[in-house]
Amino acid sequence: MFTLLDENGKTDTKEFTETQEYFVNMGPQHPSTHGVLRLLLTLDGEIIRRVEPHIGYIHRSIEKMCEKDSYQQVVHLTDRMDYLSCHINNEAVCLCVEKGLQLEIPERVKYIRTIISELTRIASHQLWWGVMGMDLGAITSFLYGFRDREMITDIFEETCGARLTMNYNVPGGVMFDIHPNFRKRTKDFISHFKKKLPEYDELLTGNVIFEERTKGIGYLSKEDAISFGVTGPSARASGFACDIRKKIPYSAYDKVDFKEIVFTEGDSYTRYKARIAEMWESMHIIEQLIDNIPEGEFKAKTKAVIKLPPGEYYQRVETARGELGVFIISDNKKSPYRVKFRSPGFSNLFALDTMAKGCKIADLVAMMSTLDLVIPDIDR
Amino acid sequence: MSNEELKNIILQITPDAELTEEGSEFLNATVKPDQLHFLAEKLRNDKNTLFDYLYCLTGVDWISNFQVVYHLESTVHNHRIVLKAKITDRENPSVDTVSDIWKTAEFHEREVYDLFGIKFNNHPDLRRILLEEDWKGYPLRKDYADEANIVEL
Repeated sequence: MFTLLDENGKTDTKEFTETQEYFVNMGPQHPSTHGVLRLLLTLDGEIIRRVEPHIGYIHRSIEKMCEKDSYQQVVHLTDRMDYLSCHINNEAVCLCVEKGLQLEIPERVKYIRTIISELTRIASHQLWWGVMGMDLGAITSFLYGFRDREMITDIFEETCGARLTMNYNVPGGVMFDIHPNFRKRTKDFISHFKKKLPEYDELLTGNVIFEERTKGIGYLSKEDAISFGVTGPSARASGFACDIRKKIPYSAYDKVDFKEIVFTEGDSYTRYKARIAEMWESMHIIEQLIDNIPEGEFKAKTKAVIKLPPGEYYQRVETARGELGVFIISDNKKSPYRVKFRSPGFSNLFALDTMAKGCKIADLVAMMSTLDLVIPDIDR
Repeated sequence: MSNEELKNIILQITPDAELTEEGSEFLNATVKPDQLHFLAEKLRNDKNTLFDYLYCLTGVDWISNFQVVYHLESTVHNHRIVLKAKITDRENPSVDTVSDIWKTAEFHEREVYDLFGIKFNNHPDLRRILLEEDWKGYPLRKDYADEANIVEL
């Protein structure tokens, strides 16, 4: 406490405490960053003035590695970016290569890819939901989320042998045909999860503590979302209709009827709501496709060594986190000349500074959860 | 807006832009680095084009030159275009930043600077983003050699 003299030399009755801004490192080892991410926070007391993300702790230079690999090998590397949407990442590369080859792929492949993509999306959102609850101090949601996700990973394991990094896609189709049990188990899962998803709402959505910590916090305007290139449910909660599945349909998305979830509030709570609503839509998509998988080949014939005609190919897909872009430049060799992965997490992360200004540190944890960051996706 | 109409608009702004649709699904406009910012700003603000969403920004090393590639989309008109800045100066490659037009460019440009060594003039905070600050060289350049870290297969 200080006592000041005013201009006339008299004692100023106003007393104040001197404050100054200070820095706190959040991460790189911090449970709420879900990976090795370091946020340099500029704080005024508990109020955040600036968030400066420092990334690259697990940069593996995937783009450089791709320049030495064949196109089949490139597919495998993409698993290691956003490992929670691994199937969708694989699909993006395969679609891009198929676009370059002008390869007509069997209808059956399109259906299988779409169903597994949507199962991947649900599994990713389940994990996000569980972890989001845990970030805010609720252990139960974590157990619920993982319990239901287990059913999906079991389906994957039966069909392609892997649970997380699946590598199920190959240019031209999928690696094996679906397992005979696939249809039944997927339908079982849908009917199971339809009963369980309302429990998620009971546990968190209507919870007073949860609402207090997320409603009206971490606001992102539509203009900022577009300018920062934020995509996925995080952007659709701000009113930016950016769903690639609707905008530029790929695989079997033009054959199904589903709603693009768009809200306008743009706060943490709405981003949360958008993902819950997406899980319902994903189930709706799977239901339309699961009984109609056409008979036929599960893979189009491709040469053992794939060479794309010289040119530039760009493929956009909707992962669980947003828009993934695969940009391949080919010079007619067996490896690409240049590959660029436009990852959704990279662009989403840098909107955090705008969202967090003026909020408290505890809000930042909730905000990061609703952005659903996967660090390998950012670092690549 | 069709590619033909876009072509006309671009040629009005930058008459010496090279336009092509070959080898790409989009209309490609290649300009000199000092024209890039001017063209980008016009395309962003013109009511007829309104390219408000920069969905990909990256660099390419063509050995004889560098290219910075901008993939743009209009969320209102739903049309797309690719801008390219062709940088022939290999010793000191630079182009004006577009981070004042699209906020996301600030971080994508830092990545291009980090991996290609292309400088972005007027950038608010140009430093390495993925690699350590004392990293030597620019890994995505084709002439990059790093015996210690890259295992040749």
